[in-house]
Amino acid sequence: MAHLCRKDMGKNMKEKLTVKNHFRLVIPARSQNEAFARTAVSAFASQVDPTVEEINDIKAAVSEAVTNCIVHAYSNDDAIGTIEIVSRIMSDNSVYIRIKDKGCGIADIKQAKTPLFTTCAEGERAGLGFAVMESFMDKLTVHSGIGRGTTITMSKRLTER
Amino acid sequence: MVEIVNTGERVTAGIQGDIDHHTASGIRAEIDAVLENSTPRILILDFGGVKFMDSSGIGLILGRMRVLQGFGGRLFIKNVTGHVEKIVKLAGLSGLVLK
Repeated sequence: MAHLCRKDMGKNMKEKLTVKNHFRLVIPARSQNEAFARTAVSAFASQVDPTVEEINDIKAAVSEAVTNCIVHAYSNDDAIGTIEIVSRIMSDNSVYIRIKDKGCGIADIKQAKTPLFTTCAEGERAGLGFAVMESFMDKLTVHSGIGRGTTITMSKRLTER
Repeated sequence: MVEIVNTGERVTAGIQGDIDHHTASGIRAEIDAVLENSTPRILILDFGGVKFMDSSGIGLILGRMRVLQGFGGRLFIKNVTGHVEKIVKLAGLSGLVLK
């Protein structure tokens, strides 16, 4: 019985994921680049033949992450910082996206993720950036440290058609 | 870009194109200029011409509600479909949709 179980487990073991395609983009943290960043990632993800809804989900998530870099990460800096975007198409039809800044970092990630919470008094920010990323993507992780910048990684498995 | 129809009592603002953090400030300025002059009873934000929106669109809606509260006006939204509807639902603002 135990032997059979092991055999079944072997059959069901996930195949190791491989990277089918990837790109890396480094852009200045200027608001003009919000549209460019989401369009670049969505054009790249289009290779996997996503639905219109999936493409819009990815666009919105990227837009939120990049906007956070522009509005929050470098808000105290005089010079314009940079945003690095890495995206990969994986062998299981998922799209991986990493968005990284070298800005001020997030003091309390849990608080930052709370819907409607914002540190921005001006500019009418809704405080929904992380809520959009979390609900529109399958996975979201946030790594951040004060003065050490923030790295967001997210992924979404696209439906096979 | 915003197409404004103003009857005095009611202002309809037809927003065109993408709404993100970059474009929101221009859209906001166009609408607020009309609100300041007309102080309408009702403002309708028409999303029919919006191709893409992120949470900046929610900030735009909440901000205009605040402006209208200053003189007792009410805000509604219309032509909220597909992707825009998803963001509006996430923000819990479906109750503003004009039926």
